[in-house]
Amino acid sequence: MKLELGKIKINDIKFADKTEVKDHVLYVNKEEVEKLVLEDDKLIGCHLEIAHPGESTRITPVKDVIEPRVKVSGGEIFPGVIGKVTPPVGTGRTHALDGMTVVTVGRIVGFQEGVIDMSGVAADYCPFSKTVNLCVVIEPAEGLETHVYEKAGRMAGLKVAAYLGETARNLEPDTLETYETKPIFEQAAEYPDLPKVGYIHMLQSQGLLHDTYYYGVDAKNFVPTFMYPTEIMDGAIVSGNCVAPCDKVTTYHHFHNPVIEDCYKHHGKDINFMGVILTNENVFLADKERHSDMVAKLAEYMGLDGVLITEEGYGNPDTDLMMNCKKVEQKGIKVVLITDEFPGKDGKSQSLADTCDEATALASCGQGNMTLQFPAMDKVIGTQDYIESQIGGWAGCVNPDGSFEAEIQIIIASTIANGFNKLAARGY
Amino acid sequence: MVKGIEKYGLPVVHMATVVPISLTIGANRIIPGVGIPYPLGDPTQGEVDSKKIRMRMVKRALKALQTPVDGQTVFEKDDF
Amino acid sequence: MAKYKIVHYLNQFFAGIGGEEMADYKPELREGVVGPGGALAAALGPDYEIVATVICGDNYFGENLDEATDTIIEMVKKYEPDVFVAGPAFNAGRYGVACGTICKAVEERLGIPVLTAEYEENPGTDMFKKDVIIVKTGNSSADMKNAIPTMAKLIKKMATGEEILGPAVEGYHERGIRVNYFAEKRGSERGLEMLIKKMKGEPFETDLPMPKFDRVAPADPIKDIKHATIAVVTSGGVVPQGNPDHIESSNATKFGEYSIAGKDSMSPDEFTTIHGGYDRQFVMANPNLVVPLDVLRELEKAGEFGKLYDSFFTTTGTGTATGSAAKFGDAIGKKLKEDGVDGVILVST
Repeated sequence: MKLELGKIKINDIKFADKTEVKDHVLYVNKEEVEKLVLEDDKLIGCHLEIAHPGESTRITPVKDVIEPRVKVSGGEIFPGVIGKVTPPVGTGRTHALDGMTVVTVGRIVGFQEGVIDMSGVAADYCPFSKTVNLCVVIEPAEGLETHVYEKAGRMAGLKVAAYLGETARNLEPDTLETYETKPIFEQAAEYPDLPKVGYIHMLQSQGLLHDTYYYGVDAKNFVPTFMYPTEIMDGAIVSGNCVAPCDKVTTYHHFHNPVIEDCYKHHGKDINFMGVILTNENVFLADKERHSDMVAKLAEYMGLDGVLITEEGYGNPDTDLMMNCKKVEQKGIKVVLITDEFPGKDGKSQSLADTCDEATALASCGQGNMTLQFPAMDKVIGTQDYIESQIGGWAGCVNPDGSFEAEIQIIIASTIANGFNKLAARGY
Repeated sequence: MVKGIEKYGLPVVHMATVVPISLTIGANRIIPGVGIPYPLGDPTQGEVDSKKIRMRMVKRALKALQTPVDGQTVFEKDDF
Repeated sequence: MAKYKIVHYLNQFFAGIGGEEMADYKPELREGVVGPGGALAAALGPDYEIVATVICGDNYFGENLDEATDTIIEMVKKYEPDVFVAGPAFNAGRYGVACGTICKAVEERLGIPVLTAEYEENPGTDMFKKDVIIVKTGNSSADMKNAIPTMAKLIKKMATGEEILGPAVEGYHERGIRVNYFAEKRGSERGLEMLIKKMKGEPFETDLPMPKFDRVAPADPIKDIKHATIAVVTSGGVVPQGNPDHIESSNATKFGEYSIAGKDSMSPDEFTTIHGGYDRQFVMANPNLVVPLDVLRELEKAGEFGKLYDSFFTTTGTGTATGSAAKFGDAIGKKLKEDGVDGVILVST
């Protein structure tokens, strides 16, 4: 399966009468986007705002972040959710608006929605402080049940991203990247002398605000399966979760999965990248046992020599991470874990909720409990009303001027446990 | 928390869904919970049956508290 | 006059008072430098002055922990030093524990930066490396010449507020404190490079050596259940509606104690959950799923056990530091023990 990914660099977003891209600027017809969002009668209000890097702007509570993409060779983006599942996903050609995102913002569903600061100290910890963000601020209908509200917010973001992606259909991309993974025997034969590497991708699947969708299927309802890496670049996986903000693998991050990108960079040089094993992090012990058994079985079946495992979230998913590690290592396959740490504000407690002897190699994505002073911002997109109850905040952490102190776990994707960021932790 | 309490010589029965974490942190008497969103009971089976499950588990917990253990023990069944 | 003042702590042996036979020596304060303080003062240079030295016998300190600590704190306090230094203790066990204890107390009570130096197998190292920076030394005073310059460098950094770098750079025992930094490469790239090395059988360095959790011996079982008092504790975040004590949804810093006296069941009108780590809808509809008050009350009435304790203890387990959880457990255990509780049911989600 081979995918060409064309990227169109976007330097700015402006509102205009017609939605289009001209000279690396995305022009957006506000009314059309708002109308699109309000097609869903669960939402009674919607307005758009633009946030640029370096501005004194805070966006919160953030639900998801999405990059606009379009399938230009047949097929549709976000298969099974927005688009159709056939023709095949992860092959042909896809265009992306690079350097910008769609951010969904609105009253919190739980405690898990996070913060994006466009400048100041917290900006160093957030990938979306460096992109131009079109913020879709939504207002739910009165008395909406939480699961229904979560879905309405999720779909609003995806719809807007797909709508904006259309502008890229007929553009000439600035860069064109090609990714290819062959059927398993061919792929193994292509680089017979290189170690066969796979990626075990653990999807958050713990229920409300902790769900992920694979071709529209709620990840807690599947058993581990195999995937071509390029499928993810066409939106085969979308985020329906907010776990803790720092840990959230946004839909943007699924498009830009760093393990997949880096495995492709090394593919044919020092590794033979064989593909992705998808699994979940369920709330029942029997699921954890069964699915880690199946992950190890798939890794063995694919003839892998080594795997990278990433997790989403912390606490009980650490058990899934360790079970996967242990069982895959017991098959004689080398494992490296990529995850983040939660050792308490003083950094002195245990970083993980669970451990195993086989976890001898771990790449840290930083620790989420360190605190920062978040300065007051000139502009808040959304509302700061919930900061004290959002994960990472605490009662009394907000000052009257709008500045606050919180753990960096309140920042969207600050310690994302798939290795997207350079943040890491070490022992002192 | 389990260890902090047990240090005082009080037996603690840890009713927890994720038994591996319970084992890692060092609980000595462990009863597996039903699921993370509902450790004691199963509301998907209706309130009556859910409560029966809870009753059985709590009885098992009381029994575990009266049972000597040498080291970490998971009480998976009612008979022990 | 020197810019920075240091107070130094020594045991009876290094102060030249005597060996084992003088280990009961009571705390004594001397102006200026004593014993190894001379070498330290020389290494520190003219901007630093060891204004006083506190001397205490190892046995006296160990056997009169609170009193010795209080006395020494008072002695140190009046000099308002910029840094407090103890040792080096090398592999002297009681001396090492005393150095760690007094350093920790000085830092906590006087807010003064502290430093000591010990051999890695000194029991004081394991006991205090999390709380105190302990310079690595050899196992005997023959290593004094190496220990002193390292200590002097760190003392200068502490006095001037200069950033203290990692343990390998500065030469102290790793404290087990996890500190963030921005690496040159992102996590996925570092992970993949580690995997390539691991597959080749080459040496690699993990970012996080797996921690070892400590263990507590199982408590004796309840002998007489018919007269036993049982208490419920939970990490499932069940709290009264409105969360009056503002317990956090994640990484909790406190626990709550709430009365269940006279109640037969956990009513969803009275209780909810604020746990940030699971879908809360079931427990919000029926908090008995986490605090099984309904069945416990029935069993109590049926005489299956003596008495249900009048309140339950609760916090949020998700993302809560093991250090905090240990403190909660200690506080709860202490209270339950005092109140004559015989056994505890602890429910985690």
